[in-house]
This record gives sequence, C-alpha cells and structure tokens, in this order.
Amino acid sequence: MQLTGAEIVIRCLQEEKVEYVFGYPGGSVLYIYDELFKQDKFKHVLVRHEQAAVHAADAYSRSSNKIGVCMVTSGPGVTNAVTGIATAYMDSVPMVIISGQVPTAYIGQDAFQECDTVGITRPCVKHNFLVKDVKDLALTLKKAFYIAKTGRPGPVLVDIPKDITNQKCDFEYPKTLSMRSYNPVVKGHGGQIKKAVQMLLEAKRPMIYAGGGVILSDAGDRLTKLAHTLGYPVTNTLMGLGGYPATDRQSLGMLGMHGTYEANMAMQNCDVLIAVGARFDDRVIGNPTHFGSVARKIIHIDIDPSSISKRVKVDVPIVGNLPDVLDELQKLLDASAGVPDPKALAAWWKQIDEWRAKKSLKYKQGKEIIMPQYVVEKLYEVTGGDAFVTSDVGQHQMWAAQYYKFDKPRRWINSGGLGTMGVGLPYAMGVRFANPKATVACITGEASIQMNIQELSTAKQFRLPIKIINLNNRYLGMVRQWQQMFHGNRYSESYVDALPDFVKLAESYGHVGMKIERPADVEPALREAFTKHKNDLVFMDFLTDQTANVYPMVAAGKGLSEMILAEEL
Amino acid sequence: MRHIISILIENEAGALSRVSGLFSARAFNIESLTVAPTEDASLSRMTIVSTGSDDVIEQITKQLNKLIDVVKVVDLSEAAHIERELMLVKVRAAGKDREEMKRIADIFRGRIIDVTDSTYVIELTGNGSKLDAFLEAIDRALILETVRTGVSGIGRGDRILKV
Repeated sequence: MQLTGAEIVIRCLQEEKVEYVFGYPGGSVLYIYDELFKQDKFKHVLVRHEQAAVHAADAYSRSSNKIGVCMVTSGPGVTNAVTGIATAYMDSVPMVIISGQVPTAYIGQDAFQECDTVGITRPCVKHNFLVKDVKDLALTLKKAFYIAKTGRPGPVLVDIPKDITNQKCDFEYPKTLSMRSYNPVVKGHGGQIKKAVQMLLEAKRPMIYAGGGVILSDAGDRLTKLAHTLGYPVTNTLMGLGGYPATDRQSLGMLGMHGTYEANMAMQNCDVLIAVGARFDDRVIGNPTHFGSVARKIIHIDIDPSSISKRVKVDVPIVGNLPDVLDELQKLLDASAGVPDPKALAAWWKQIDEWRAKKSLKYKQGKEIIMPQYVVEKLYEVTGGDAFVTSDVGQHQMWAAQYYKFDKPRRWINSGGLGTMGVGLPYAMGVRFANPKATVACITGEASIQMNIQELSTAKQFRLPIKIINLNNRYLGMVRQWQQMFHGNRYSESYVDALPDFVKLAESYGHVGMKIERPADVEPALREAFTKHKNDLVFMDFLTDQTANVYPMVAAGKGLSEMILAEEL
Repeated sequence: MRHIISILIENEAGALSRVSGLFSARAFNIESLTVAPTEDASLSRMTIVSTGSDDVIEQITKQLNKLIDVVKVVDLSEAAHIERELMLVKVRAAGKDREEMKRIADIFRGRIIDVTDSTYVIELTGNGSKLDAFLEAIDRALILETVRTGVSGIGRGDRILKV
C-alpha cells in the first residue's frame, strides 16, 4: 500500500506505541499535522514554546522509561528545541525528536525558516538523521527509536524535508533491525566481575556510589539487594536519587558539591569504591587531584566505555548493562564462601555514624521568616514522600534534593548535567502525562519559573493539577551565594526585580494562587493545596529567607573532604 | 605521544563532520585527517593523526567508537604499521638551480611531474619526516607552493582493518 511520508510518520509512531507527542506545528510539518488530525491512536500535546515540548517529552521519558516524542517545525522551531535536546542529552534521556525541514530542493538556499538542523543539533544528540528519500523514512524512524533506548540512551533527531512528507511509497514497518556500526554491549566481562566480587569482599572501608544509570536502566531493586547483601554504605548522585531508598539505614544521602558530610567523607576515605552507573562528574568528586590523593581501589560499572577512566582512573572497569552486571555480581556473591570482614565493617560504620552525628543538613526555622528547607521538609511530610518532584535549577534544586527523601526511582526529575533553568514546569507536565494519577510537585524559584511560565496555559488546557512550590527569595539564589562566598559580596545582576503578583498571574490562567509569608502557614497551606485543591493547579508563592545558603558546600576546585558547613560561618 | 588512528565509517553525508566535530567539541588535537571511500563504497576510511597522553588517546578511541556511524576504530601506532604521505611541491627551477633541483628530487626518490621553463612540480611520498627533510634540503627561497595530503596508514602483515 502506498502512503505519503506524513502518513508514514504517523504509522511509525503508532507502531512504536507512542501515547503522546509533545509539539508545535509550523510550515514544514503541516502535512504531518494534517495526518495527525485524522487519527486518534495517540494524542498531541500543544505546548506554548518548543523548548517546553522537548522538556515535557524528556520528563515523560524520565518518569516512565517510555520514549518521549516531540515534533517541531524547521528553523526557529528547531532552535527553540535545542536547549531541551541538550538537556536530555546531558542526562542520557531516550527521546525522539521529529523536525520539519524546508523542501529538499530549497536546502542550502537560505529558505524561509531554514536552518542546518542536523549541524546545529549534532553535538547534543546521540544521533541524528536527515531523510532524503521517502523510501528511507520508515527505516530511519525505526532506527531512531532503537538507538534512543539502547546502549547509553539519548535523544535522536529525525529531520524530514517537507516534500518528503508529501511523496508516496510502499510502507512496511521493519520488524527487526541490525546495524553493523551499532551494537551496544549488554553482558559485562565475566573475569572482571569476578575480580570485582573479590575486591568488594576484601574491603575494609567500602562504599557504593550510585548514579543516574541506576535509574535509567531500572536497576534500583538490584542495587538495593546487592547493598543489603553486603551491608555497605550507599551514596547517590543528584541524578541517582531514588535509585536506593533514601530512608534506608545504609543510605548516606547525596554526595558532591552539596552532598551530606557523611557521604562526602565516606567517599573520600573509603578503600574500595564501586561506582554504579555514575561518571565522577566535577560536581560530584570536586577536584580530581585531591580525590586521587587517597589510595583506594575503584570498580566502575557503566554501559558507556567512554565514561570509564575519563576523569578518574579505575582499577576494575566493567562495561555492560547495569541490571545484567548486577545480576551476575549478585550470583557470584551469593555463591561465594567469603563474607565482608565484620570487624572492619563495624569500625567503618562507627566512623560513618560519627560523621552523620554532625547533622550537616540542620538549619534553624524561626517564627518570622520561612526557611526554604522547611518548605521542602513539609512538602515531604504532606505528600507522604510519595510525590513526583520536578525542580528547576539553583538553590531550590539542591534543597529539594537534600530534604525530600526519595525512596523510589523516577520520582525525582531535574536537569543535572546541563543545569537548565526553566525545566520545572514543563517537566511536571510530562510527568503527569506519563503518570496520570500521580501527585506532581514542581519545586522552583521565582527566577526559574519565569523561564517557561507560558506553560501555565498548557497546564490549564490539559487540566494538569501540578503543585508549584515557588521558593521566592527575590534573588538568583545560587548566583548570589557564589557572589557572597567568592566575589566579595558584590551581587552583580543577581537580584530579581519587578516580579509579577504570582497569585494573580496563576488566577489569570484559571489556576489557584496562594501566597505564604509566615512559617506557621507553610504546612496548612500545603495541606490545603494537596487536599482541597487536589484537582487544580496550585501556584504556591512562598516568600523565603533572602540570605539562606545551601550547605554543606564543596567550593569549585576543592576536595570532597574540604566542605564548608553551615555551622562554620 | 603521536598516534595514527584508522576509522571505518558509514559513507554517509555528514560523516566527516561527526568526526571533526567530536574532536573540536572535546578539545582533542588533530594533526592531520584524510578520508576517502574504500573498495566497498558504503564505507569510508579515515586516518587521523593526533597527539596526546595515553588517557587522551584512550578517550579519543572510545568517543570515536561511540559515534553511531563508526564501524571500527584501530590505533595503528599500537603495533607495526606503515604510514605514507604524498606531497606536491612547486619549485623555481631555472639556471643553475634546475639541475640541482633534479638531483635532490632523485636523492629523495621524488618524481618531476610537471615542467616549465622556470618551474618543476615534484611529487614525493614517504612518512612525514622524509617530506620535511626534503623541504629542508632545498633552498627555501625556491619553494613556490606545497600541498600535502596528510598521513594514510595501514597495519603490517596480518593486521587487517575490514568489516
């Protein structure tokens, strides 16, 4: 049967069991939108800005492990989408982006709404394609979905010139796919896994360091089982939160620039470290030379060989799919006669408990001014720790990560790698589409939320009962904190002035707005929002302490054990 | 250290820019890069000469392997290999210089492939240092133009890079 390119696009998306396409129409994708109009197998979510379409598709993927799909037109449609694509790329989120392109004959002529999409997006996608023949379209889309979700996941873009969407050819969706140039590794090397088990059992001061790979590969249960078998401490990266239950006794919380004292000290002082789906990021280990100044053995499991020995030399590299490798590790461990040295382990835990006793996350909540940490703690209580929490980027992001205890994977949705302000609201939308009954909270700040505030309109149209927790300190808080600490209190352009009345703003979109100014009102307001206004979007504008800083802090260029603690100031 | 990395890559539009873009994005150094289709027209072969510490070269090969279109990557300099570069040099060859230029070209096993009253074009192949030595050996003032292809390399004996 002969189908047009536009029909083929729709059929391919249906074959891939796509539920939602997040997008925005325009000239180059008109044929596709016309076919989209004629079908009802999947729904289209019309956003108000292409960047938000990509973020929403990204969060849809992060919160469900299904592939997020978005569609944009050529030129500005694509350039608006680039921030979203780069955000997903840095956090290895599987996504497919379909972009319109000017007709084949116009390419290179500086046509209206033309840009070199493949060139512009190349450095921030896992792979991209320009379709030059309608006969290649179905196979290309099949490849896009396959590449996006296999190996180290990532966004894949398919650029389709307008004339291709109007040409006809026979359609058959390929059932299988083989690419000679792309064969991701699955199983880990048996010998290396054996070595790792030996090393783990010989450890005196062991440490498990788990990253976003645990979430992406759904390896949380396996990791938890392994940690419980060994009885070793676990720390999660910002991207790994929820991969190991935060309320478990063996959890030391998040590590890194704003990690807990116990997590960073244990990371620095351990003698055997197993890195699971983590990449020794600069925000995680601080100064690599300082980190390397302590002798320790490192085992590193990752699906991407280029993540191994990139910033830190490791002793036992294991390339493979985490669930497979962890299964193999567990099997060998269960079969092994050896057990961890109980005396050494007890001494190590005693040391860790001493570090814990520092209570590095404590803060004082007075009667007058709302502390931002307090709002997050109350949010945790009111939602029973069971919400999906998205965040924007800055201080509020760190407080959310520190004070909301994530026990389940895929509940914490934020931009870790690229650090994109403005993701919070579109992320909350994507989460809610993937989890239609879930409680969704977006922890944000008055600066970040304004970077995609137009999506309040999309949220109204699709009746998304997101709870926006705006920690409003009238500053670009993280910038202000650095300026206070490292730039002699010169607050260069980090003020936020001429703010809208967020209550009225929310109301003008047809949502519920609340302004909370006193600590005593925090909990009642949250309860009201999550019960009385359960089915509404509630914009909660919390006026918070203007000078609160995020602690502990490892300053840029410093070592992990050189933390600045709140009490030291 | 200097490394010669050979790549087999799907011969598709944009393949070169994926590789060159990777090098610039990650601040890897490229001394030379050559590319052309192989006997199998669906594949291109690239030879990249780069310098860097072992860690950097390890990252380069890993990152190249990560590119979806890359089929195989080999660091030729890890074992016995042959490298060759082609250079064309246009020199002034008039009067007493004419005979001298021919003599030096012969010594370097160069071939004169274009002749006018006052110029020669000399073709020379060899490894980079041989070509450098030739340029050193002739009077710099007589060099009118040079063009070099960059290094191509192949493994010795049974080392074969093929799909």
